[in-house]
Order: sequence, then C-alpha cells, then structure tokens
Amino acid sequence: MKHFDVVIIGGGPAGMAAALGAREEGASVAILERDVRLGGILNQCIHNGFGLHYFGEELTGPEYAARFREKVLADRGVTVYLEAMVLSLTEERNVTAVSPTQGFIELSAGSIVLAMGCRERSAGAIGLMGTRPAGIYTAGMAQRLSNVGGFLVGKEAVILGSGDIGLIMARRMTSEGAKVKLVMEIMPFSSGLKRNIVQCLQDYDIPLRYSTTVTRVTGKERLTGVYIAPVDEKLQPILEKEEYVPCDTLLLSVGLIPENDLLTGMDVEMSPVTAGAVVDEYRQTSVSGIFSAGNVLHVHDLVDNVSEEAFIAGKSAAQYAAGKLSQGECVSVAAGEGVRYVLPQRVHKGEGKVRLYFRVNKVYRGKSVVVRSGDELLKRKKTMVLAPGEMQQIEIEKSLIKGDISVALEE
Amino acid sequence: METTCIMCPMGCALTIEEQDGVVKVRGNTCPRGEKYGVNEYVDPKRMVTTLLKVKGGGVLSVKTSEPFRKAQVSAVLQAAAKVLLDRSYKAGEVVVKDVAGSGVDLIATADLIFGEKA
Repeated sequence: MKHFDVVIIGGGPAGMAAALGAREEGASVAILERDVRLGGILNQCIHNGFGLHYFGEELTGPEYAARFREKVLADRGVTVYLEAMVLSLTEERNVTAVSPTQGFIELSAGSIVLAMGCRERSAGAIGLMGTRPAGIYTAGMAQRLSNVGGFLVGKEAVILGSGDIGLIMARRMTSEGAKVKLVMEIMPFSSGLKRNIVQCLQDYDIPLRYSTTVTRVTGKERLTGVYIAPVDEKLQPILEKEEYVPCDTLLLSVGLIPENDLLTGMDVEMSPVTAGAVVDEYRQTSVSGIFSAGNVLHVHDLVDNVSEEAFIAGKSAAQYAAGKLSQGECVSVAAGEGVRYVLPQRVHKGEGKVRLYFRVNKVYRGKSVVVRSGDELLKRKKTMVLAPGEMQQIEIEKSLIKGDISVALEE
Repeated sequence: METTCIMCPMGCALTIEEQDGVVKVRGNTCPRGEKYGVNEYVDPKRMVTTLLKVKGGGVLSVKTSEPFRKAQVSAVLQAAAKVLLDRSYKAGEVVVKDVAGSGVDLIATADLIFGEKA
C-alpha cells in the first residue's frame, strides 16, 4: 500500500486547488480523478466569466482549469491517478480505487481531502410525471454532450429551472441552431445570475416564466411535448391553467446535490441543509484528518470561491498530516433569521481572521447582516440586495469570539 | 428600450430613451446603472464563446478575442458553424482571424490534438 501525506479524491477545481494548498506545506500529494483529465466540470463550461475574483480577469472554464492543471502537473510532489474510480474510504484514511491502466489501487494517507463535487437532480428526483422517452436531460449532461462530445441534444427545447447551467445551455443550444422555446422557474425568482438572464435569454428573445413548472411529459420513443402550469404560493400546479408545449427536448436545471456517497458507513457529521459535511474553518469534518471542499461540501455559484476554500482545506490537511494543525476550543456557527446556512459551522478560538460564507433564504432588500458571538455584536454590514443564488461572505476577527456565533439579517 | 441592469444583484429594470440627441436612463439606482444603460443603448457589446467542429469528430472550444458589437453575434456564430478544423491547436492560438468581418478573432480556449479522440 502506497502512502501519501495528503490524498485528494477528485481532480476538479477543488481537488486541484487543494493539491496546491497542500504542496505549499511541502506535503506529498496524490489526486484520484475518474475522468481522463484534470479539470472536472470546468472542462465542459466553455463560456466565460470565471476567475474575475481569483485571477482578476475573465476566463473560460477550460482556461481556468488549465491555470491550475499546469501547476499541478508540473509539480513532482503531486501524483495524479487518472481514470481512477474511488471505491472505498475508511476513517483510518485508507483508500481503494480502480483504473483501467493501473488496476486496483490501495493508498494510505496522513489526511484526506474530499473534493468529489456534486451531481444534478434528475427527472426521478423531482418526481417528473408522464412517460420516459428519450430527450430528457439534466442541463449539465446536455452541456457535456454538446461541449465535450460535440453532439446537439435536440432541436426544439424547453428548460425547467433557471439556475445558471440552464440559462447557459439555453444560449448554447440557440447558438448551435436549436430553438429554445421557453425557460420555466417554479420559484418567483431565479437562482441564476442577472447577467446570465440578460445575456443568455433576453439577448436571444427566450421567454422566462416564473412560478411555472412542468406537470407531465408526453412521447413514446422521443419526447413530443410537455404540459406546463403556473403554481400557487405552496408551489402546487394550478391544473386548470395547464397548457401544452410541443418540443423534442426537456433540460432540467433543478438543483445540485453534493456527491457524498463515499462517506456512507463513516461517522462524518452531515448538514441536512447543505447535504455536505459539517466543517470547521480548516474545512475539517467531524472525523479528524478528513477534510472537505468545493461542491461536495456545499454548492457554490463561483468557482473562484471553490478554489479559495479548497486551498485552505489542502493546506490544513497537510498541516494535520504533519501534526501541526492547532486545534483548540471550538464555538458553533449558526444561521439566524433570513439565513439558510453558514459555513464553516464551527470555528476555533484564537488569532487571525476567519471568513464566514452564507446564503440567504429569499431575496432581501436593504437589510443588515449582523454577526453576534455570545451577546457581543461582532459585525454589522448594510446591504442593498441579497439573493439566495449569490453566496455572501463576511470576515470576523477570531480574537473577538466570546461564544457561539450567529449570522442573521436585521433591519 | 427596456433591459435589466447586470452590474449587481439588484437587477434594476432600466428604461432607456433618446430625447433630443441625449440618451436618458430611468429605473437605475446608482451611477453604474446609468453608464451600463447608455452603453447598452448606444453600442452594446458581447463576448462569444462557441465550438468549432473538428474533421473526423470532436470539437474545439473558442472565444472571441474581445467583446464586439452585439448586432454581429449571429453572423459570428453562423461563420463559426461552417468551420471544419484539420490540424492541432494550442490554447490561446488564433483559429479564425477577423471572423465574419467583425474585427475580432476566434481564439482556442483549450488544446486540440488533431486525430486524438476526445
């Protein structure tokens, strides 16, 4: 069994940044990646807009991935296993994997970084009614078929969900000559960026209907159309107003789920809100020596934040493996009024700064973000607008921590 | 003209009109919105990213070298759809110069090794 200081599961943006973070501490690193190249989902995101925060310039997905990949591959302290599917992981930090080129792989690690990313919610996950014809894709699957494979998945499409991948795919399919008839969103607001709504839909005259969903699909071999209806305040379809939209393709952009299946059977505390692990500011889970970062921890909207978070996880994992990670007393961090979740969920007392990431539960205007520790006010920040689709951050001084922390919205 | 400001998550609904040769923006809540509104009315620009087909199968992702006039987006996309690549390219290399007379080039955003299956 081969030993590495840090073993990273997943070679997407999180895995690559974690590797660089661990290397900064001089650790020996292995990355296990199931695809044929590093880069993860960035390789299929050919649109631009990545890197504004991290690199200060606008890059496409493949370009953003290449910046990290080149550094990782040039570093002889990082061993990359490609086409390696991880089968198991134990609390003793032993990892098994299989690959067509290397066969059965067994590794032991001083620490582990989970960087497996997320999966898309599928037709089954949303209880889509009707037949099961060809032509129903998750938006990311369609994106991969289009941008990596070079296949156009349909000619007349309807998109359910106005998350960014759905919006980007509306433009992509239109660019490739398909007709995108309609984008629907069950909520009264979009979780996608304003910029994507303008530049992917409005620029191409693609209508977006809020508070609307698909009630059932029709077609035997191939999709022939979808029934759609507006929803009431409880998100229940108003069937009297149902209408039929003929189409050959339905794309689903209805949410992402962190892919934590590998943790089954392990005693890692999970958050029911994020569907990822509960972590401290080092991104260490409740099982010591096991760290988590990127979309497997919580679904991000900007890859720049993934890189930043994973770099911390990788660096901390290396410090843990070297027995240098200081771990004193912890306080918990909770989501208060108007806040859906805060990450990390635990913070150590001590010196330095810690950045808290959070999402609000709906659109708010003119609220203040208030951070309290015990009875003390740590920070108050006035905001113009807060939307659930845009992850927020606020920095606090660790030395000011008196007790458990809460982040809430107030007038 | 009506549009949505994309400068921040507020997403102000803008109405842009020209009165006596002066472009007026209504609905914005900050100066950035006014500037955005005027640009969108006078000379809107867009970056385009798309795919070029490779002879024998596969695709290469490309982007325009810079934002260009929005009115030419569809001409650029149509020209890109007709390209068939038959050699290798490095990321950053110009693949099509002055595409469809837009004044911008199409640049590879990934490496393409011709003859290698994706």
